[in-house]
Amino acid sequence: MEKELKVAALRNGTVIDHIPSEKLFQVITILGLDGVTNQVTFGYNLESKKLGKKAIIKVSDKYLSQDEVNKIAILAPMAKINIIKEYEVAEKMQLQLPDEIIGVIKCKNPKCITNNEPMSTKFRAIDKTKGLFKCHYCERIVEGENVVII
Amino acid sequence: MANRSLVSITDYSRDKILQILDKAAAFEKNPNQQILNGKVVATLFFEPSTRTRLSFETAVNRLGGRIIGFSDASTTSGTKGETLKDTIIMVSNYADLIVMRNPIEGAARYASEVSSVPVVNAGDGANQHPTQTMLDLYSIKKTQGRLENLKICMVGDLKYGRTVHSLIQAMSHFNPTFSFIAPKELELPEEYKLFCKEHNIPFEEHTELNEANIADADILYMTRVQKERFTDLFEYEKVRNVYTLRNKLLENTKPNLRILHPLPRVNEIDYDVDNNEKAYYFQQAKNGVYARQAVICDLLGL
Repeated sequence: MEKELKVAALRNGTVIDHIPSEKLFQVITILGLDGVTNQVTFGYNLESKKLGKKAIIKVSDKYLSQDEVNKIAILAPMAKINIIKEYEVAEKMQLQLPDEIIGVIKCKNPKCITNNEPMSTKFRAIDKTKGLFKCHYCERIVEGENVVII
Repeated sequence: MANRSLVSITDYSRDKILQILDKAAAFEKNPNQQILNGKVVATLFFEPSTRTRLSFETAVNRLGGRIIGFSDASTTSGTKGETLKDTIIMVSNYADLIVMRNPIEGAARYASEVSSVPVVNAGDGANQHPTQTMLDLYSIKKTQGRLENLKICMVGDLKYGRTVHSLIQAMSHFNPTFSFIAPKELELPEEYKLFCKEHNIPFEEHTELNEANIADADILYMTRVQKERFTDLFEYEKVRNVYTLRNKLLENTKPNLRILHPLPRVNEIDYDVDNNEKAYYFQQAKNGVYARQAVICDLLGL
């Protein structure tokens, strides 16, 4: 019970749990939570049996689109997303890594065309279990844990 | 139109590779034909490359096509801040096909997506240079009579050498055995070793270029060990002469062995090897014209 109280309870909205702590701020950024007017609470470096240290985000009155959920899958494939209605879990959303990821991942190769032209990046998930992404343009491969989000 | 471009060697299937090689053989028999009569080919070289540009332009000229383009990016609107996209859209209004070399990796893929005419990648930084791979394959097939079941020994800069990487990908269709000979600093990147394992391609790795390590090779693919790749010049001095191929080293190699090199060669092949019947690198460069004639005609549906 004490564990539950570390982050305030949510009446309506979305809970994103089991985020690796070091990915928390990236998740906040890709969901644009740093620019919303909703109430957002998050916990950082909470104890987790699975992850060691985990983070959790609770957003009031916001429900994620499948597209947003997919972006989370790039950063935190182990995350759990629950839709909360009247303090109850109304729906569990499944994380699904998309085959093609456009405009989300930044290519780390400074000589890549995507870092030299005003254009969107495009990556393909070539190994979803290992989290390997290949740049459609310069053909370099990045591993999930090294992914940089635009 | 993007699907009609040649950007990466992985765009070609096994059958497509063989089909282009057959076409190249036909051009070798009869290189002067008026197939491209009335066609305009743009050669856009954003960085200099004498050999590749002349080879493409020879290929087009011998087929009766006309050429527009530049060989120095400093004479283009790029210096005024024009994007690659705008340059390519403009040029695709003028030409029937674009040949582009660009130091930016992925530039050719992007160009193929914005162009209304086919794009041939003539090298995009350290990434791909597929027509080089096609001429390498053509040279291997011509000298060995086949592509299947060959032992290919690659020597030198296997880390940054894009021709090496593309050749590994292309040869994977033909059941090869590889031997990689490189200094530790320049060994083949892990992802290509993984590629070999995934495709059940046997390979061995050595750090020394000696008789034993090339004894059973059918193809010796030499590359330049570039000074600028080394952070420690002392390391460079240590390896530069170790990877020099000399006539003496070739005495006990197989009679069908042929030496390839994408050129330019600096000191990794001694000049005394040039007259050895196993030296094939200059003919290899000549084959580039036929391979490029075949690629260009294929992309234009001719």
